[in-house]
Amino acid sequence: MSPPLIVRVERLRVELRSGAPIVEDVSLEVRAGEVLGLVGESGSGKTTVALALLGYARPGCRIAAGAVQVDGEALTGQGEAVLRSLRGRLVSYVPQDPGSALNPSLRVGAAIGDMVRAHAPGRDPGEAALAALARVELPADRAFARRFPHQLSGGQQQRVTIASALVCEPPAVVMDEPTTGLDVVTQAHILEEVDRLRAESGLAVVYVSHDLAVVASIADRIAVMYAGRVVEEGPAAEILARPHHPYTRGLVASIPDHVVPRRLHGIPGVATGVGDRPRGCAFASRCPQRVARCDDEMPELEPASAGHAVRCFEWTRTPTLSLEEPVGARYTAPGTAPLLAVEGLTAVHSSRAGTVVAAEAVSFALAPGECVALVGESGSGKTTIVRCVAGLHVPAAGRVLLDGKPLATRARARTREERRRVQIVFQNPYDSLNPRHRVGDSISRPARILRGLGRAEAEAEVAALLGRVRLPAALATRFPGELSGGERQRVAIARALAAAPDLVVCDEITSALDVSVQAAVLELLAELRQELGLSLLFISHDLGVVASVADRVLVLERGVVCEEGPVAELLAAPTHEYTRRLVAAAPRLPEPVPTGGAR
Amino acid sequence: MTARLRFARTRTGAVGLALLCLVVGIAVFGPFFAPHAPDAPIGITLTGPTADAPLGTDFLGRDVLSRVLWGGRSVLGLAGLATLLAYVAGATVGLVAGHARSLLDPVLMRGADVLLSFPALLFLLVLVTGVGTSKATLVIGVAVVQAPLVARIVRAATLEQSVRGFVEAAVARGERASAILRREILPNIAGPIAADAPLRFTYSIILVASVNFLGLGLQPPAADWALIISENRSGFVLNPWVIFVPAALIALLTISANLVGDSIARTLGVSVGARGRT
Repeated sequence: MSPPLIVRVERLRVELRSGAPIVEDVSLEVRAGEVLGLVGESGSGKTTVALALLGYARPGCRIAAGAVQVDGEALTGQGEAVLRSLRGRLVSYVPQDPGSALNPSLRVGAAIGDMVRAHAPGRDPGEAALAALARVELPADRAFARRFPHQLSGGQQQRVTIASALVCEPPAVVMDEPTTGLDVVTQAHILEEVDRLRAESGLAVVYVSHDLAVVASIADRIAVMYAGRVVEEGPAAEILARPHHPYTRGLVASIPDHVVPRRLHGIPGVATGVGDRPRGCAFASRCPQRVARCDDEMPELEPASAGHAVRCFEWTRTPTLSLEEPVGARYTAPGTAPLLAVEGLTAVHSSRAGTVVAAEAVSFALAPGECVALVGESGSGKTTIVRCVAGLHVPAAGRVLLDGKPLATRARARTREERRRVQIVFQNPYDSLNPRHRVGDSISRPARILRGLGRAEAEAEVAALLGRVRLPAALATRFPGELSGGERQRVAIARALAAAPDLVVCDEITSALDVSVQAAVLELLAELRQELGLSLLFISHDLGVVASVADRVLVLERGVVCEEGPVAELLAAPTHEYTRRLVAAAPRLPEPVPTGGAR
Repeated sequence: MTARLRFARTRTGAVGLALLCLVVGIAVFGPFFAPHAPDAPIGITLTGPTADAPLGTDFLGRDVLSRVLWGGRSVLGLAGLATLLAYVAGATVGLVAGHARSLLDPVLMRGADVLLSFPALLFLLVLVTGVGTSKATLVIGVAVVQAPLVARIVRAATLEQSVRGFVEAAVARGERASAILRREILPNIAGPIAADAPLRFTYSIILVASVNFLGLGLQPPAADWALIISENRSGFVLNPWVIFVPAALIALLTISANLVGDSIARTLGVSVGARGRT
């Protein structure tokens, strides 16, 4: 007999006050002891569904139709008072950012105790809080319970939110990107924790994430959302090995893997937003296998095999996923002099609170045409190092050499030629383009300043550069606010290329992007390297991304290079303890199961 | 309608803008409609409204309506000029201080703090008694009172912008500081400045009117709303209009400017509390 059904969502529809649907026709079921992974990129409606599971809709939205039931009790159509008594007792919520979810002025024991006081008046809140802390493997003593959230690490904070979600032993819990802000090692611990809790207490878990690799490591079943609808649902292994929907297939093919690096294929185009969804299939405009009726009709979620459903007319035509395609041959540095050399670089951040060493005696060299990656967790000093290279941070010691000549510490003090040859692309595309400048102006500025091009020449150059980053030339007259994240990052890359640089420094350039967009940007970067012979200094915390673009990698731990080498060898056989931990903790899709046919 | 004028779509913004236009219209075009010369006696003193003088006469027997229609230009002109001057000086200091990662920032801002520590009205009175009264003194005095407040707001907004990626990109390109401030930062802090400017203007009006009322600004026989109130204080019982009308116009001017400022702030998402004190 299968375990009892705990969470049941039927034809849920959440809409804006204007009536535009955010989420439509979503039906889900989760049984006791089961983890359902709810996967989707930004704007897919996954968080809206997660909140609706608690009977909640964000301000400006409302649950317009459908039913949500947890353990036999309805959460839709209830008054606020009833809902408040159900939330936490019947179903609870683990938020994305524990740092802002925990009340900073409340000791963690008291925070957990509040849940007990609200829902289980008979129990002693103090005792219950300690038991809950023990359950999530935090120290179950009074001293720990008396700590404030800011005295805990990010991972500990997230454990506290999980403890407080579980203290009243609800049969179901909704986790909304619970590990997104955490580093990979902590993420791996939290995932283990969730898995253990589910097994121990038969908890039904809805795990919401944009990261298919994370979901793959924990979910029994996966529901993939796109533009407010579930487009595919089924057993996790099935979905990952034999995706039927072209979107799911694209998503899986977009995920970089650090153990078996492969060529990434992004999904072209941009997801439709709330309010301008087409009548037919929302994915049609990006779909390689669309037919005429995709534009007019919304396909139903139809069963493809036992427990595996897909919302596509043409799913039988979806090609088999082959993840075997390896990356092209690695570039091996010729025995020439390095383009960039960093020697004994030490950088500090000083403030009133004191001095923090961000990088200590870091040395490395980068050959012409090579891509070197700096890898490390947040706070490992990788961004500070590239800021020194770009002349934005003055190092405390050491020097940066371009073609053997030392560069001035400040960009302003460097020659125009030196500034032209080294360009930087920033992490956050929402921040790196001036919102008041048209795209064309942003791109032409470096061409005019650093290459001395005239107005007309620079304008022609803008059109060529937009083409080079695969954007239409008409974008030049738009403002950044009208562009998607992926488009903005392409514009930022075009701006760097406008200087005709030899070296492009890429500081986490894909971390703010969705995975399918990330893959497309990485594809572009690989093509540009080929076309222009660029050298790249690439910063990332994501080993999979590094494996798919870099030739050589340096692993940074608290500002110190702990290991370096060719990327394939280093990731396959890390020797340093820290690298080993990183490699082990990085989530990845399960090994593709060799199978005969597509289905 | 562009984003810049979106505030006029809100109810507060529309009402504020309409009232502001009305009062400014009276001040600017009023003299063309004045039935009498502002400084010529037309009859006995402090009569109530008559057919010839709809708002009665003042303590010297001059037509109140004509004096009111003439008396807005000085308030508006002096306060406007002072506000403008405060912005030019304050914004420059604020931009430079906010962008400079050096000793320049604390030096400039401590200087601004010193100016701020004088009570505004006292400072103006001391200045006027010391230097002597003139329009220029008044304008410069009010501008000096206002500039540090402007500098603070502009510095805070600049600080926020100067760590953003596009500013760093400009720094890495090796752009001059003046180009960075003008091209990259200024357009992005125009919003908070626009939201704050009407408030500054209001404060300038109050300062100018106060000094004029105290008799240390414009001198008789000039027609000026604040001066009219001051001159006719004792005649309030005989002809209330001579006090009431100019006072109401000053009040309308400040209220409408405030409404416009608030609605700009709200449509731009700048919180009202985040702006400087008045």
